[in-house]
Amino acid sequence: MEKSALPDVFEEARISKGYGKMNDQDDPVTMILGLKDVRKCAHNWKNFQSGAEPGRIVVPSEVNIRDTRQIPFEVDPPEHKDFRALVEPWFKRPLEEKYSQELKNQIEALVEEVLTLDSVEVIEEFSLKLQSRALTLLLNIPYSEADLWISWGTHVFRSEGNDLDGDKAKILYDYIDEKISEAIENPGDDLYSMLLSATVNGKKLTREEVKGVMILTFSGGRDTVINAVTNSIAYFAEHPESLKKLLEEPEVTGKAVEELIRYFSPLTHMGRVVTKDTEVCEHAVKADTRISLCWASANRDAKVFEKPNEVVLDRKINPHVAFGFSHHNCLGATHARQIMNILLKTLAEKVASIDILDSKENIEDLDQFKRKVGYEYLQVKFNKK
Amino acid sequence: MAKITFITRENESIILEGTSGSVMQLAVDNNIPGIDGDCGGVCSCATCHVHVDPAHTDKTGEASEIEADMLELNDHANEQSRLCCQLEISEDLDGVVLQVAESE
Repeated sequence: MEKSALPDVFEEARISKGYGKMNDQDDPVTMILGLKDVRKCAHNWKNFQSGAEPGRIVVPSEVNIRDTRQIPFEVDPPEHKDFRALVEPWFKRPLEEKYSQELKNQIEALVEEVLTLDSVEVIEEFSLKLQSRALTLLLNIPYSEADLWISWGTHVFRSEGNDLDGDKAKILYDYIDEKISEAIENPGDDLYSMLLSATVNGKKLTREEVKGVMILTFSGGRDTVINAVTNSIAYFAEHPESLKKLLEEPEVTGKAVEELIRYFSPLTHMGRVVTKDTEVCEHAVKADTRISLCWASANRDAKVFEKPNEVVLDRKINPHVAFGFSHHNCLGATHARQIMNILLKTLAEKVASIDILDSKENIEDLDQFKRKVGYEYLQVKFNKK
Repeated sequence: MAKITFITRENESIILEGTSGSVMQLAVDNNIPGIDGDCGGVCSCATCHVHVDPAHTDKTGEASEIEADMLELNDHANEQSRLCCQLEISEDLDGVVLQVAESE
């Protein structure tokens, strides 16, 4: 098998039952695996809620390390709508010319830098830097702030061998608290200040609500973006013909971004809490238990996708759910798509080929399923044109 | 060449002309409010949802199964709904009137 391949480990369960089972800190999860079922459950916020105890819809659950409600992520309609409407225009800024140009400058500089090196560990020396620097644009704060985030390492919540590291989470929460205090003292044109001055339903956002949006912004786009970028490098290392295609047919880039994100599905699944006894896939689920919407499985559903386990770079119809579905679809998707779009164009223009020197897969343990989501490390050599 | 009329959520009529590509791309290129086309036209995001004027549904034809599945779970969808990334511009569309749907 190719090193860059991400196998579909859900196929048999998806076809035979439509669901899988996972225990997580004694709060079991019924994983929904088919695309149509995932969409239906994502849309049905009355039976499958997000506004449960903070941290509970995340798998693995964060209830023991977090009290702050992430907003708008852990709020249900109708309250959800106004919070989402408040932040939506800010998270569409990546479409602005100035933003995308600055992002292009950042990514081009990083690619130029790794092209001068004999060996690059992609996660630490490329993806983490790229993700952290790009996040300064999303927050509209100075570029230099990225250095601190890079020093935190790859995971905000997770560290080696320990899925939920409360001490690491505290670093982020304390940092955000400090930055909110600074923005109260000295308001600027950054995301903290925008939130602090905003009103929803005629009421100013509380400090806790501002913190909830900021925690979501930091944690939602960290592992996900890092995995998407790292997996892309591995893919192009083994598929130089795809880099060539993107150079010759740059109009394919948008479709390639969607296809890579479908194939990688950087976020495997997201939970919901069941509000009443009901059933999914003809399987009873009890009130106050959890289901998860398994985006990674749904994105390989052969009922919808032809050749689901192949990367078809110019796939024309691609109704994937890698950014989620319905009310809670990914707020950072515009930023993520812009990163991937610019990355693909830059690689196609500047990189002749990539050699994988060494790698170790990062396998998520989902009880019944063990899914490759990315790499523990990926050592490569970028070759210049 | 096809003339395509968009009616925005604010009830403003905007007439555009196109020869090729998707209706979504034409709308995005001309900043039609409410047509975002986030996924670039691969039928994944439903941010290009329009209602086809009932008198013009013969011009657009019917949604494919995949497109219909996307629309099925949209709170603002009705029988006139289409995702305009799936509408290819051609002479057949000339004169079509599309109402931009409410956002989810």
